[in-house]
Amino acid sequence: MTKTRNLYLIPYVAWMLLFVATPIVLIVYKSFFDVEGNLTLENFEKFLTPVYLKMTFNSFWYAFLITAFSLLVAYPTAYWLTRTKHKQLWLLLIIVPSWINLLLKTYAFIGLFGTYGFVNSMLEWVGIGTQQILFTDFSFVFVSVYIFIPFMILPIYNALEELNPSLIYAARDLGASPLKTFRRVVFPLTLGGVKAGCQAVFIPALSLFMITRLIAGNRVITLGTAIEQHFLVTQDWGMGSAIAVLLIIVMAIIMMMTGNRGARNSIR
Amino acid sequence: MKQLVRLFAGVFIIAIGLMYFTSYLNSSNGYSGGDTLTIYNWGDYIDPDVLAEFEEETGLKVIYQTFDSNEAMMTKIEQGGTTFDVSIPSEYAISKMKDEDLLLPIDHSLIPNLGNIDPRFMNLSFDPDNKYSIPYFWGTVGIIYNSELLGGKTFSSWNDLWSDDLRNQIMLVDGAREVMGFGLNSLNYSLNDTNEDHLQEAKRKLSNLTPNIKAIVGDEIKLLLAGEEAAVGIVWSGDASEIMGENDKLDYVIPEEGSNLWFDNMVIPKTARNLEGAHKFINFMLDPEIAARNAEYVGYSTPNAEALKLLPEEISQDERFYPDPEMTDKLEVYQNLGKRMLSHYNELFLEFKMHRK
Repeated sequence: MTKTRNLYLIPYVAWMLLFVATPIVLIVYKSFFDVEGNLTLENFEKFLTPVYLKMTFNSFWYAFLITAFSLLVAYPTAYWLTRTKHKQLWLLLIIVPSWINLLLKTYAFIGLFGTYGFVNSMLEWVGIGTQQILFTDFSFVFVSVYIFIPFMILPIYNALEELNPSLIYAARDLGASPLKTFRRVVFPLTLGGVKAGCQAVFIPALSLFMITRLIAGNRVITLGTAIEQHFLVTQDWGMGSAIAVLLIIVMAIIMMMTGNRGARNSIR
Repeated sequence: MKQLVRLFAGVFIIAIGLMYFTSYLNSSNGYSGGDTLTIYNWGDYIDPDVLAEFEEETGLKVIYQTFDSNEAMMTKIEQGGTTFDVSIPSEYAISKMKDEDLLLPIDHSLIPNLGNIDPRFMNLSFDPDNKYSIPYFWGTVGIIYNSELLGGKTFSSWNDLWSDDLRNQIMLVDGAREVMGFGLNSLNYSLNDTNEDHLQEAKRKLSNLTPNIKAIVGDEIKLLLAGEEAAVGIVWSGDASEIMGENDKLDYVIPEEGSNLWFDNMVIPKTARNLEGAHKFINFMLDPEIAARNAEYVGYSTPNAEALKLLPEEISQDERFYPDPEMTDKLEVYQNLGKRMLSHYNELFLEFKMHRK
């Protein structure tokens, strides 16, 4: 019995070793070498200079903005979804855009947001006049939110679906206003979904790169951009790896902080 | 479960069918080994008629494959498993490939047409004596601008970019050497300068340009400038000619302080199988009449002196793409500054990009 169970374990362990453990070990190993291949801590020292610290701050700030706005839009949407008639259809409509390649969607926004694009001709028509939308913080956050929002809606939707409706009826019967019901009953019980959604958005948002160039015109520089530059242009793989290692550590910390507490809460 | 099996079976059958179809297409076109020559070039960078004529003349079948960056090309050749006979990288990539032993020497005795090349473009620092590479096209880095959007303003110097009335109007190409290069040039330093004070000065000067910069982008710059998203761009001359082909309100200038001179040269990578064919191809492309037609199609500047004589005057006299000798003297080729210096250039470029209004 245990023998066959161990047999089933083989694909998983092999996969983890080859595609998760080995790359991480390689990146950590690489991060201790400079461009000329000497063993050094220089890369990590360089990370502690104002340029990279500011870049780290930028990455976190924009990732935070993207997560916050995603949540702001996703929660009401998910709530409304659980209440509609054709749930499956609406859900599908939300998922379908995530089947389209990320770069294609991004390119579409260049056309929409451009000086002579659709959005600006609408603004012109309304009487506001042409604005610079492309290459601003606004367009960067907007497009990122657009791309990540399905990953925020789905876990929240699932959490709301699992919520026992009799709890809501009970709260109402006991005299709680709709707002109070939401604050004291619905929201705390779906916190697990919110956390899962925030993780699914925040972590990839930390290392975004192509969008920073295509939509923000390199006005927003994040750690992802720096990693891309070091691997493709400078070929300073050591520095690129050092940034990646630090990002992995930060992500692990975030996962531990949000993940564990979430689990404990749901048990309680 | 049944559906899942059906899905997998369907995908499997389609894949096998497509594989069979491709191999059928290849064999019916005579692509199954034998007398073929595989050329690995940038997209849309050769006149298809010229290729057809080459096939007719030599009886060789040409397989034409394209790449979109020097880095991608180098990685593919380095990994092996390919049979590219001729490739056309840029000069910095050539010096890298040379260092990594990815190139085979070219036998000049098999290329009688080599004499057609302007001696100015031979024996350059990235490949002394042209042991590994033969010039294909060359160009510069300069300013492309739309004077209609700027009320008739024109440009002649890099320093014109710092003008107050250009707020939010400039787009830069996302390249550390290009941007640091024009920063150095605007201060009358060499774009291969390695003096730390000069580099810092250039970075500070570039930071002052930030309010005028709308975006720093990659290849999209062609699309954005042709669509009048911005009025000014710093681009390679080749891209400039392409943009001007799409929107004739734009004009290109090589600033008077000097600029970068770049080359795309033909090389024979170590993956080559058909060495004789590769030499034949290089020689064929250097034929004056062929080179002239190719230059007219591609729109870049030809290094072939004999071909230049055959081009219509409106092209060969165009100082934007064929600058006069006085201007040419101020153009510099990027030297391979070594990994450490290149890394430093990138660091400074990154700092400049981080600088906000």
